[in-house]
Amino acid sequence: MNTVTVVGASLAGLYAARELRAQGFDGRLVIVGAEPHLPYDRPPLSKDFLTSDPSNLLVGGAAEAPLALTDTEEIGELAAEWLLGVHATGLDQHARAVLLDDGRSVVTDGVVVATGASARRLPGPWPAGVHTLRTLDDARALRADLAQGTRRVVVIGGGFIGAETASSCVALGHDVTVVEAAPLPLLPQLGPDMGAFCADLHRRGGTRLLTGTGVAGLHRVASPHSHSHSHSHSPGHVTAVELSDGRLLPADVVVVGIGAAPNTAWLAGTSLAVRDGVVCDDGCVTSLPNVVAVGDVARVGGVRAEHWTSATELPRVAVRNLLAARTVETVTALPYFWSDQYGSRIQFAGHRPADATVRIEEGSPDDGSFLAVYEHAGRVTAALAVDCPRPFMKVRRELRARQVAAV
Amino acid sequence: MIPVCRLEDLPAGESVRLDTTPPVAVFNADGALYAVDDTCSHQDASLSEGWLEGCLVECPLHAATFDLRTGQPTCLPARRPVRTHRVSVVDGTIHVHLTEPAAVPVPVPASATSAIVPAGVSGAGSLSATAHSTLTGEGSAA
Ligand SMILES: Cc1cc2nc3c(=O)[nH]c(=O)nc-3n(C[C@H](O)[C@H](O)[C@H](O)COP(=O)(O)OP(=O)(O)OC[C@H]3O[C@@H](n4cnc5c(N)ncnc54)[C@H](O)[C@@H]3O)c2cc1C
Ligand code: FES
Repeated sequence: MNTVTVVGASLAGLYAARELRAQGFDGRLVIVGAEPHLPYDRPPLSKDFLTSDPSNLLVGGAAEAPLALTDTEEIGELAAEWLLGVHATGLDQHARAVLLDDGRSVVTDGVVVATGASARRLPGPWPAGVHTLRTLDDARALRADLAQGTRRVVVIGGGFIGAETASSCVALGHDVTVVEAAPLPLLPQLGPDMGAFCADLHRRGGTRLLTGTGVAGLHRVASPHSHSHSHSHSPGHVTAVELSDGRLLPADVVVVGIGAAPNTAWLAGTSLAVRDGVVCDDGCVTSLPNVVAVGDVARVGGVRAEHWTSATELPRVAVRNLLAARTVETVTALPYFWSDQYGSRIQFAGHRPADATVRIEEGSPDDGSFLAVYEHAGRVTAALAVDCPRPFMKVRRELRARQVAAV
Repeated sequence: MIPVCRLEDLPAGESVRLDTTPPVAVFNADGALYAVDDTCSHQDASLSEGWLEGCLVECPLHAATFDLRTGQPTCLPARRPVRTHRVSVVDGTIHVHLTEPAAVPVPVPASATSAIVPAGVSGAGSLSATAHSTLTGEGSAA
């Protein structure tokens, strides 16, 4: 293999590049990234980044330095060609070349697909004051809007990013409402008991939580400042969110946190199987043996995880299989994610069957610090901790050991 | 010299956090005592709550592991060491001798940034240079 092209210059793409070098690939390494930025870390964008000292508001200020995932020294060691601000637009039939939006193409022997996911948007016009939160540029725009005095903020979607953003907005002193269509937040991820706990976190934190109602549309006025807003917005500024039950929530700032969709459009027309993500075997290998996929875009063995840790764990196995030109190793990672909301740190590991029951193993939800385990058919299958890191690590290790043993 | 606790109150495998600025974590790693800065050099997590195995501690948030003897990370995502501090036991009481604080990192001034846009970042040339500067401290002038 002479050339490997990594498409997507974020967390999973960077880890793939590191693995390629660590596993002895010394050929030409090309990294294509649609964003103009070197790899940066997304989790802080909904957390510390929004609440950091306003004197750091300048682009490139102190608040942004900790986001960088790599540094000059490592970039030198990787000896890669970085094509940043460039979109891959396709793969030729047998993935012998990656096509780029600037008309060039990269002739390549292997491809790592690491194009991640994009924030889902609401249909219809997109007035100023309405935000998604996926990229550094999104976060800068939201932070700038939040710096203009006390705002009425409506967060659409009570998932992790919605909850973290709401928590950050409350910490900044804004008036915050979260709208969640399901009866409880985080139901699909955490189930009803822990979803109810997270609903309490919102209420205790000072956020208004409206559940069981969808959004019918956004209201807007022609904005006196509309010339200053980016042209991706239609003219006008948001004034309110209309709920499907007819209620109207006045809003200066709206954050749309309704999930993310994998970035696979550029693979249309190739022979790669795409079904809510790039379909891979258990070893991250796609239907073409010289193409592997990692991170949020990859559906590995039937599962697509949107977690930081999987984006860092999959590349080792994927690169090994890419260099071997077949699947010689499969992924045994245990799903893990964390979330920081209202000063509480939530950690989750394992698999949660829909009918699993929850048992509090240590501490108590009323005190805000506890370890809960999910049980199914008499076995512990997952654990959730709130500000309880030590006992959590113990269960996580046990679950991981059992998962490895079961393979 | 800061008193920590009685030796018998920190059994093997245990750790304790000192509310100093910055906080310090003291470990009894199978009979050997170590002290390091408590906050992980990666992001915001407390190493005193980490997983202790031999003289290695694993961060509870993203599993970076540090060697308590040197403070050096042994794996990603941590890329910088944590400070180590000397520990002594006087009359059965554990004490920590704080190491002088490391120089506080300051953002690279704008005039110096061009030097750290690595030569290896090529291809989209100016675009990648812009990108790099926005994460290191220049950028706003563009
Ligand atoms: C605000 C926020 C908070 C989060 N918090 C947490 C958390 O607390 N815990 C947790 O476990 N996870 C969290 N996550 C999830 C975590 O950040 C993701 O799982 C991780 O970023 C996935 O990495 P990735 O490299 O697969 O994809 P991404 O980070 O999405 O990167 C993909 C990159 O590919 C680029 N790209 C897309 N299409 C193309 C193309 N055609 N050509 C070239 N480049 C392309 C994109 O521009 C992007 O830069 C959070 C995510 C966000 C957005
Ligand atoms: S905070 Fe310690 S590894 Fe990330």
